[in-house]
Amino acid sequence: MGAKPNLVPLPQKAIGLDQIIHERVRLGIVSALVSTKKLSFGELKEILNLTDGNLSIHARKLEDAGYVECRKFFEGRRPQSEYTLTLTGRKAFEQYVNHMEALIHAMKPKEK
Amino acid sequence: MGLRADMHEHALDNLKYIRSTMENTTEFTAVPGYGMVLVGLSALLAAWLGNGAKTREAWLAIWTAEGMAAILLGFIALIWKANHSGVSLLSSPARRFGLGFAPPLLAGAALTAAAARANHYSEVAGLWLLLYGAGVITGGMSSVRPVLMMGVAFMALGAGALFTPEQYNEIYLAAGFGGLHIGFGLWIASRHGG
Repeated sequence: MGAKPNLVPLPQKAIGLDQIIHERVRLGIVSALVSTKKLSFGELKEILNLTDGNLSIHARKLEDAGYVECRKFFEGRRPQSEYTLTLTGRKAFEQYVNHMEALIHAMKPKEK
Repeated sequence: MGLRADMHEHALDNLKYIRSTMENTTEFTAVPGYGMVLVGLSALLAAWLGNGAKTREAWLAIWTAEGMAAILLGFIALIWKANHSGVSLLSSPARRFGLGFAPPLLAGAALTAAAARANHYSEVAGLWLLLYGAGVITGGMSSVRPVLMMGVAFMALGAGALFTPEQYNEIYLAAGFGGLHIGFGLWIASRHGG
């Protein structure tokens, strides 16, 4: 279930892929948030098998791009962060999936 | 491998990763918290009725009816939560949960019939708690942590019930199927939704 924190080796600039969402960890965060209304920092960490630092960095990049929203609150004395996908993020995700499907179709190896 | 085949393969790999992450997330959060609370309340009612049962056969009939009612309630709650989350009950996480959860329950049903035929009613409560706990653990292996903790708690209660005199069975059943469902159900509902 663990995310590979490396870039998927597609020539992304050449084929115009969304650089924000294309990174493996960020793709995992967005994919997880597409499936449910909201997830806490701890839940995302567990689902994607990430460290605190790694998740923080990538979640912040998604926030800066306007793809996710983070709500901070206190549960008792413990600070909590809860993430939701924005409409922009959902559209970007759908576009990314469409892009991948188009690539699969276009780059299908020719049978000899 | 040429660039064309390489790109094709990596795009496929990305889509597989997206799909598996979505499935893992669904499996992680699919447990219906408030549904578990309802199951717990029905179990408390069964424990109260079972405590007043005149014969062991009547006691078994009450708990058999409770088992069926609990399965129905749990299923309705699962459908309700799945509909709210836009998830199909035929998805692979749901299948994985069913495949993990059902075998211990079916084993429990067969062992209960055998125990009743041999008049070994005193072990039945412990057996149910142990096997239900095993089902919760195997079915909920990829679920939220409280689910696994609840499975372990059921198994611990079951082990305790097996080595405790029969007159305490109702307390174990009420504590397990009633108390644990209500407690963990409320916890799950507050953290992961109803």
